[in-house]
Amino acid sequence: MAETHSLQELQTPPVSSKVFIQRDYTSGTICRFQTKFPSELENRVDKQQFEDTIQTLNNLYAEAEKLGGRSYLEGCLACLTAYTVFLCLETHYEKVLKKISRFIKDQNEKIYAPRGLLLTDPIERGLRVVEITIFEDRGVGSGR
Amino acid sequence: MKSCEYQQIDPRALSVSPLSAQSHPQTKAQRPRRKWEVFPGKNRFFCNGRIILSRQSGVLPLTLGLIVITCGLFFAFDCPFLVEHLTVFIPVIGGALFVFVILSLFRTSFTDPGILPRATPDEAADIERQIDSSGSSSYRPPPRTKEILINQQVVKLKYCFTCKMFRPPRTSHCSLCDNCVERFDHHCPWVGNCVGKRNYRFFYSFIISLSFLTSFIFGCVITHLTLRCHAGKSLIQAIQESPASIVELVICFFSVWSILGLSGFHTYLVASNLTTNEDIKGSWSSKRGAEDSGNPYTYNGIIKNCCATLCGPMPPSLIDRRGFVPLDEAAAAACTSEIELPPFTAKNDTNMCTQSTKDVLERMLHSSDFHGVCPAGPPKTSPLGLEASDSLGAARAPSMCSRRADSPCTTCARSRKDSLHSINPAFRLASPSPSLPRVNLALSDTQEKGFIPLP
Repeated sequence: MAETHSLQELQTPPVSSKVFIQRDYTSGTICRFQTKFPSELENRVDKQQFEDTIQTLNNLYAEAEKLGGRSYLEGCLACLTAYTVFLCLETHYEKVLKKISRFIKDQNEKIYAPRGLLLTDPIERGLRVVEITIFEDRGVGSGR
Repeated sequence: MKSCEYQQIDPRALSVSPLSAQSHPQTKAQRPRRKWEVFPGKNRFFCNGRIILSRQSGVLPLTLGLIVITCGLFFAFDCPFLVEHLTVFIPVIGGALFVFVILSLFRTSFTDPGILPRATPDEAADIERQIDSSGSSSYRPPPRTKEILINQQVVKLKYCFTCKMFRPPRTSHCSLCDNCVERFDHHCPWVGNCVGKRNYRFFYSFIISLSFLTSFIFGCVITHLTLRCHAGKSLIQAIQESPASIVELVICFFSVWSILGLSGFHTYLVASNLTTNEDIKGSWSSKRGAEDSGNPYTYNGIIKNCCATLCGPMPPSLIDRRGFVPLDEAAAAACTSEIELPPFTAKNDTNMCTQSTKDVLERMLHSSDFHGVCPAGPPKTSPLGLEASDSLGAARAPSMCSRRADSPCTTCARSRKDSLHSINPAFRLASPSPSLPRVNLALSDTQEKGFIPLP
């Protein structure tokens, strides 16, 4: 039995807790996350870095949802083709979402994974929360 | 090979368990499943998750039938006369409108309206903790509501007990579909789906184009009958020559008023950036007497509101229907779906049967230790009796699969559902699986029965 557990532990360290960054609705229904620094991360990551990550995420989502010439053009084109154009083309929003997932992967590799944290892409949680998984700091490869 | 060596290996670390090579149903139990197959809401899925419909499709067939029949009669009986006497563009315009109406209708019906996926158990627990710990302030809003400021206006967010989260603003839970839908407008039985953030523009274009189509057909039929009367015949004669026109006239007459009315209403809603839900409830009505209860979401401009609602960016579907269920959830579900294994192995080889039974027992012990929520825990005696009665129970209750009518409904589906319900404590609290007590009863009944062969 003990061997079973150690096999698992070699694969992924045990999760100690999860922190959820909730949505910030003060500007309406657009996708924004709160930039308040959670207390559970105080010993783990620099406050400024964390706020920069969240702010960049917010800016990317704002770019996706921006009402401008491009989105109007897309909307009108869709209407004229009876909405069949989206079966072949990728929408602007989807393109930005791919950009966001690359950004999160990048941040995880550079900043959060060395500190035993993992950011989950909000799209996997229905754009409700940014889930940060805190792994137990067992002194193995903490890299700080 | 000694059985203790098997015990050392965690089956979840293996991609293929040693038993799965033996029989087909076992590989079926480990087939990666798509998320639509385990979707908790009352929806139906087609084309492997590409098309989503409400389980109550309402009168969508009637809507389709009415449109197709009316247009069919129009093209068959009125168009030849009108092409001859007026212009060839009449069927062209009619055809274009018909195609647009049908496409918009399908897009409205088959698109995810903006369903919010339910909160994961960790999220739900985190929110519960926050609710419990927030009782220290002097003013406490009613439990399970949260007040926030949107554009200097106080908005109350309600907690959804089914989805285990605070609903975002403008989100409402549809009881027919059992989902929280973003920017919920209404559940339309005519299109058989909710109308929400993602399909409102399709719904709007559907009703606008349908108004044009019904008005167009109405006008053409009137013109047709008038032209026949002008040619020296009486009205009765004209009707006798073209009886289909009366059918179209009646359908269009009643449709025009209701559809035009609905289009006008929704044009008003679009221009003021409101939803039907908000309008009916009077959420932002100035008549309520509150000082500043204007709509906080409006852009204060008719054109801007229209553009934002109809031509804004198309948000993605949040429920990821065609994604695969993550392996750790699938493995957790597999701990109870493996209950199905011994009855099948029993047919092959009785020697392997006892070995495999022991393995399954050990695995269940591991899993139940780890999760602590496997239904009723594995009994140490007569496990085959347990499994046989469970699979018998599954065979007895195919109706449990009715929610996923279009997925391959195997006997695994019911126990999978049980396992999902049991593993997720949030589900257990919200909707206790009615089948679990049955399994528990079966367990207690068959404790002493020993091996029960499958019929």
